[in-house]
Amino acid sequence: MTEDTAEISLTVNGEPVSRSVPVRRHLTDFLRIDLGLTGSHLGCEHGVCGACTVRVDGVAVRGCLMLAVQADGAEIVTIEGLSQSAEVADLQRAFEECNAAQCGFCTPGMVMTAAELLAGGGVPSREDIRDHLSGNLCRCTGYQAIVDAVESTARERAS
Amino acid sequence: MSAPDDGAFGPDSLVGKGVARPNVRRLIHGRGRYTDDIDAKGALHVAFVRSPYGHARINGIDAGEAAAMPGVVRVVTGAEIAEICEPMVSIAAHRPGHKSAPQYPLAVDLACYQGEPVAAVVAAGRAEAEDAAELVVVDWEDLPAVTDMEDALAPGAAPIHPDLGDNLAFQHSIDTGDAAAAIAAAAHVVEHDFVFGRHTAVTLEGRALLADWDPVEERLTVHQSHQSPYQMQDVYSRHLGIPEHRVQVITPDIGGGFGLKINVHGEELAVAAIAKMLGRPVKYTADRLESFLADCQTRDHRATAKMGVDADGRITAMDFDNILSCGPYTAYIRFGLAEGMMAISCAGAPYALTDYHARTRVAYVNKGIVGMFRGVGVPVGAAVTEVLVDQAAAKAGIDPVEFRRMNYHPQEAFPLTTVSGYAMRRLSLDRCLEACTRIMDYGALRAEQKSMRERNVWRGIGVANFVEAAAYGPVYYGPSGARVSTQDGCTVKLEPSGVVRCMTSVTDQGQGTLTAIAQIVADQLGVRMDDIDVISGDSATTPYGGGAWASRGMAMGGEAALQAGKALKQNVLELASSILQTTPEALTLKDGEIRDAATGEARMGLAELAKVGYFRQDTLPAGIQPELMVTRHHVPNTPYYVGCGVQGAHVEVDIDTGFIKLLGWWVADDCGRVINPLMVDEQIRGGVIQGIGNTLYEHLIYDEDGQVQNATLADYLLPMAGEMPDIVIEHVETPLPETELGANGIGESGTIGSIATLWCAVNDALRPLGAQVTEQPFTPEHVLDVIAKAKAG
Repeated sequence: MTEDTAEISLTVNGEPVSRSVPVRRHLTDFLRIDLGLTGSHLGCEHGVCGACTVRVDGVAVRGCLMLAVQADGAEIVTIEGLSQSAEVADLQRAFEECNAAQCGFCTPGMVMTAAELLAGGGVPSREDIRDHLSGNLCRCTGYQAIVDAVESTARERAS
Repeated sequence: MSAPDDGAFGPDSLVGKGVARPNVRRLIHGRGRYTDDIDAKGALHVAFVRSPYGHARINGIDAGEAAAMPGVVRVVTGAEIAEICEPMVSIAAHRPGHKSAPQYPLAVDLACYQGEPVAAVVAAGRAEAEDAAELVVVDWEDLPAVTDMEDALAPGAAPIHPDLGDNLAFQHSIDTGDAAAAIAAAAHVVEHDFVFGRHTAVTLEGRALLADWDPVEERLTVHQSHQSPYQMQDVYSRHLGIPEHRVQVITPDIGGGFGLKINVHGEELAVAAIAKMLGRPVKYTADRLESFLADCQTRDHRATAKMGVDADGRITAMDFDNILSCGPYTAYIRFGLAEGMMAISCAGAPYALTDYHARTRVAYVNKGIVGMFRGVGVPVGAAVTEVLVDQAAAKAGIDPVEFRRMNYHPQEAFPLTTVSGYAMRRLSLDRCLEACTRIMDYGALRAEQKSMRERNVWRGIGVANFVEAAAYGPVYYGPSGARVSTQDGCTVKLEPSGVVRCMTSVTDQGQGTLTAIAQIVADQLGVRMDDIDVISGDSATTPYGGGAWASRGMAMGGEAALQAGKALKQNVLELASSILQTTPEALTLKDGEIRDAATGEARMGLAELAKVGYFRQDTLPAGIQPELMVTRHHVPNTPYYVGCGVQGAHVEVDIDTGFIKLLGWWVADDCGRVINPLMVDEQIRGGVIQGIGNTLYEHLIYDEDGQVQNATLADYLLPMAGEMPDIVIEHVETPLPETELGANGIGESGTIGSIATLWCAVNDALRPLGAQVTEQPFTPEHVLDVIAKAKAG
């Protein structure tokens, strides 16, 4: 069996990328294997844990539920790109200060998801923050410090 | 929080400060380096062929079609691995009667649990390896599976391993006084049945390793997501016959451990053996389905327990009959007995009872292997005790908080050995209880509970104790025969520019241990956190030790770091005194300078001293040998260090739906001296939430044939942000008397305490209905069942 491949062209963290990829390869494997962007993690590969969350055309999505070929023409931002742009430098600093990461495996996905909530503006309630993060599994922290980090960033931005 | 006023560390000290983790920033920025992120040129990938049956004989393996698939390099069977790799045999020398069969890295003739690996396909990529694995034809002979622990131990039950004779892995009893007589004579007796469901660790990063064999130097290098590189160096060396100095195990960033990654799994030995076989790098990462099936699992206990109380409300006796299943083998290298032994050894420990009988029996069944997981049996012992205590208090008509207070060991009784055999120098449960009930405003919650009940709202308040033996030492593991290192070490080196490097045997899976070690050493040497770096997780270059297990990072590794820092400080001052023509006692270290101890005047920078020590030894008096790197180890001479705490929970049970809502959570914990409250609080919070998950949601469900029914994250429920409460913490700090640092373990106490507390809170809500939960997790069905049963009388 020879693996079916397809040519795709997309933008990843602002850079144009063209590759030939196996049609069955999901977006996260493409980012990790083909582009070496290992900040997106695989925790379940069935769309529950959120560790693979990336931004596709402005929306936070699960990279494991999307095939690389479906990202043809798309604009992708990964945790590496988000960090480099300093778009959420304040949030990342708050994560550090609140100790909102332990093993750090869920953290890139958590930051991507929280960035989306914060981009909506305002100061969400702790309950709203918890609701918004409820698709991202963290096995270490118990979530409170993550909620603290998101809440303090929102307050800081609003002030 | 009130820091201990013992003068050991002053107000300016870094010890006790909540400094952020220097090494967390890169994780937050997506720059972590986990095992699967590491590439090796020409690496091959492994997919395992696994048993689809709970119990089956392997009559043959036809790998012809698989081996011919594109990208496939080799298909390796269990028999081929067994030719170059010794099987795992986990028998505790200090536990007479314990028996276990050899466990092959890949099953050879017999598969004993669903998901047991039986063959490995090695290919250029993981996807190709998985394609080919589907084409490996195994001639299976399905055998009857035994999955129920009591069926497994019933007379006449077919043994999973015929050579062992039966399915009883081990049994042990504790008899102190005469529990039966004391219970018969008690004014009040309570009795309860318990089921603790089987669950699993669910580290977000699956187990992973990259093994590389250099056939020229005959050298094995393994990058592995594991809590102890030293243990794995030892295991690979012995099982593959490689001299130990040619085995290097590196543990990079680890995506969650929780005890799971201190176990040894067959796939890990198989991957290293395949690398040796092929002379190429070989990589394997467990996917989520594989993790559910083949990661070591945990708990799976049943128990019946009784407690006797006299007319004055004093607990006199307890009887605890415990049974658990451990899978088809006792887990390598720490055995599968501790779940039961720890449960019966910690039960009753907070209280001054006099008569105790307990028994644990461990059954072989055709389910996954039970290994180490956060808390190891202590949550079970604590929950059983605390549930009975609440019931006894209710029967005696005494408030459960007051009942606990009056039954604690009196302070004058310490040091003491409990009826279950725990040796304790002191406990601070009375202070923890005061702190916990104060921060939760216990009296107000009780008043509110009463008024809510009148409105048919069923709220429960749980307040539960735990006593935890942490940081196990050689008194326990030495006689077991297991090659488990109970010491930890730290090397501290002054670099020529005056900054400091530490190398520690402790590993950090996010607990913050390395940060705390930096604080301790920086404090001794008078340098800033920015001027110190800590290296960990390399069996070849760091001091030998245990790694991370049994909440030992601070208790052992912290003490080793303190002693190493002190020793380097002494060396620095001696060298400085010879340069400055004074005595070491007249000098001290602060803010990167060697200073006059009396006046604080700066005499010489650390960088200047290091320059002399490394480059200008010619300027030193004859005979002076600068020693600017020192190593110290710490090994306790006690079996363990005892910690304790009290947790409080406030819950609401919807008696129409069976759903349980968490309204509030409080913790008062004594883990000795707190080195970094930011890290300690997070260990407690994460541990509490994990315990809540274990108690409310997590259950790995097997059917009677040994088939897992819910091996996805959609079907196996875990705590998510939306349902979890904020947790209020207060520290009761009693510096551990056994060490100079005085820090005890904290990694497991949150989990241990929260399970007992939730059992108590839910039962407190249901008590007026005459109902009590008996099975963990407390599913809505179970809650409705016990309510219906109570209504039916």
